[in-house]
Amino acid sequence: MTDVFQAEGLGKTYPGVRANDAVSFAVGPGEIHALLGENGAGKSTLVKMIYGLVRPDDGAMTLLGAPHAPADPRAARAAGVAMVFQHFSLFDALTVAENVALGMENPPPRTDLARRIAEVSQAYGLPLNPARRIASLSAGERQRVEIIRCLLQDPRLLIMDEPTSVLTPQEAEILFATLRQLAAQGTAILYISHKLDEIRTHCDRATILRHGKVVGTVDPRAHSARELAAMMVGAEMRVVDRSGRVPGAEILAVSGLSAAGLRGVSLTLRAGEILGIGGVAGNGQEALLAALSGEEPTAPGTVVMDGTDLSAMGPEARRRLGLLAAPEDRLGHAAVPEFSLAENTLLTAGARQGLVRHGLVDHGAARRFAEAVIRAFDVRTPGPGTAAGALSGGNLQKFVIGREVLGKPRVLVVNQPTWGVDAGAAAQVRQALLDLAGNEAGVIVISQDLDELLELSDRFCALNEGRLSAPRPTEGLSLEEIGLMLGGAHGMEVAHVPA
Amino acid sequence: MMTVLILLMGAATPILFAALGELVVERAGVLNLGVEGMMIGGALAGFAAAHATGSPAVGFAVAALAGAALSMLFAVMTQYLLSNQVATGLALVLFGLGLTAMFGKPYEGVKAPAMMAGPLGLNGMIWLGLALVPAVWWGLTRTRPGLILRAVGENHDAAHALGYPVRRVRILAIAFGGAMAGMGGAYVSIATVLQWTEGMTAGAGWIALAIVVFAQWNPWGVLAGAWLFGGVTVLQLRLQAAGVAVPVQLLSMAPYLATILVLVLISARQKFGRSGGGSAPGSLGRSFHALR
Repeated sequence: MTDVFQAEGLGKTYPGVRANDAVSFAVGPGEIHALLGENGAGKSTLVKMIYGLVRPDDGAMTLLGAPHAPADPRAARAAGVAMVFQHFSLFDALTVAENVALGMENPPPRTDLARRIAEVSQAYGLPLNPARRIASLSAGERQRVEIIRCLLQDPRLLIMDEPTSVLTPQEAEILFATLRQLAAQGTAILYISHKLDEIRTHCDRATILRHGKVVGTVDPRAHSARELAAMMVGAEMRVVDRSGRVPGAEILAVSGLSAAGLRGVSLTLRAGEILGIGGVAGNGQEALLAALSGEEPTAPGTVVMDGTDLSAMGPEARRRLGLLAAPEDRLGHAAVPEFSLAENTLLTAGARQGLVRHGLVDHGAARRFAEAVIRAFDVRTPGPGTAAGALSGGNLQKFVIGREVLGKPRVLVVNQPTWGVDAGAAAQVRQALLDLAGNEAGVIVISQDLDELLELSDRFCALNEGRLSAPRPTEGLSLEEIGLMLGGAHGMEVAHVPA
Repeated sequence: MMTVLILLMGAATPILFAALGELVVERAGVLNLGVEGMMIGGALAGFAAAHATGSPAVGFAVAALAGAALSMLFAVMTQYLLSNQVATGLALVLFGLGLTAMFGKPYEGVKAPAMMAGPLGLNGMIWLGLALVPAVWWGLTRTRPGLILRAVGENHDAAHALGYPVRRVRILAIAFGGAMAGMGGAYVSIATVLQWTEGMTAGAGWIALAIVVFAQWNPWGVLAGAWLFGGVTVLQLRLQAAGVAVPVQLLSMAPYLATILVLVLISARQKFGRSGGGSAPGSLGRSFHALR
């Protein structure tokens, strides 16, 4: 059996970073090959080289026995490489058919193309209407467009970059069924993910990258998720410790909260409890955070903390009372990129830490508080004078979360606390949230990462099209049940996949 | 009635050209606010060439080249040096106005060669403008280059990821927009006023920009907008001629007021939900920089 694709000693250097160094691996026909690594391990650079978006500095690639050195993605597509991107490479204002045509070298005339899209989507159980506009499709449907765009070119090597990060578990199952079907027809599949369970269930081999180098190629089924993670990170992962927490009295009550994007949301939160709120992006997560943090004041009586009605108060008034929040968008929402870390502490911690006196900023105090956050949360940065925008995603997230946690909140609301953060920093952030709950604060974690929610939360509810499901104790909740909670109001019928 | 219609078409043509060009530029994701500057450049260059050769046709061809040349300044600044598109466009307006004021001095008081009237009493440029509306529509929606251009304007990162040359597509679109603005400007000097005066395009470039928004980036809407503007212009001239007891200044304002009114109505309709988020190209006005 000859390999479909081979990489030999691939290397790529960006200014200051060796993104890939002597990377070698091979993918055989019909194989689903996982590419595993932390953020910044060089996975994206590697696949961009295969797809012709980036030219390698050294090394060589072979595709179907012939040298593979594509000058641009069109050359790569012509050679038989197709790619489904992590951030969809779709055009919202264009139709499905137009999007598919843009991904093909010689698209057939419009009517033929519509017919072929219909044929392929039937054959793979991925129903799609070629005339629909992308803007009106769900995340799962958008991904179908990307996949069908690839399939129409009969690729020999299909690259999938973190395809399940935006899908519900049911949608992910449909995807895997499609991938199995493709592999059975002999297509080689390169599958990028950092979801270890997914890789252990569905992939035949896994190549693990760390700091741009190949650590090893293993059979993921023969290793535990813990072992794979250890290989990715290079050290034993810290296991999150959730012991020693006893939920206390109710501190926050939200009832009948309706705002832009939210419909009658009600929830309660007790001291020492972590409430997890799951859901696919765009179902009201940001609106919920804004309503809780005070960015969007709501109707009287909808947000009550310790018997005080906060509904009409702005964020600063709520912070004084102990309701703190960390939004999803680190740069631009939680922090000002051009400001130094010390200046960024003033954004939310000004009142609680006494950083502003008589209307004047106490720069010394701000600096000391920033240093305290940096020390307590192991933020890797030269110092509090560094601009927030210069920090890596993980380090900035540690800083943002740390700034709120050190503010000793009564209630902390976080949205996507570990989005785009490498595994080591993610574990630290999660541990900080658990420790906070251990100190009798209430924590609401809004996230799309189900594993994270299962690991952290005492109770779990799902946010769908602005509605919040009734909370369920996390203990004993299966992934299947969660999928149903998430998918119920997702408005998408689960497609039937022929066996 | 026929003469009114001819007057209307004449008044609409400069704006129709400039707005069609700008529409293509904006569909490629570039906001070139320098339309007024490219129009005035075309107005002078076209007038000078027509005067020198005695041929209006040569005048329009030279005007197209001049407009495209000015637009290339904008293209180099925004596409290679990644300067801010709004600031660069505004600078282009001031540059065009100043440059033509300087080089236009010898042409003041000179008469333009006569344009030949074509079928139905409409000259060739009016017909060309009318023909370009369906041509631009067809090109954008039915051809592959048009699809690629829209893709680049909608999401330049995705277009780049698929291997399309974002920068090259945009530069070509900017050149087309410049040529169209140049011809629009030349229509004012060669066919409408028949002489050169400083600053003679008198804000037509700004109206063209507004009409692109008014048209929701659709060529047929541009035609409607240009006619609306032309109609109000002709109407106010007629009212002035008829001696209506309204100050001339107020009447001269009418076309501009009409444009503002229409834009307010469109924005209000979008805000209150009729057509959702509007149809502006997704990457409009954003600089593109690829890491390679």
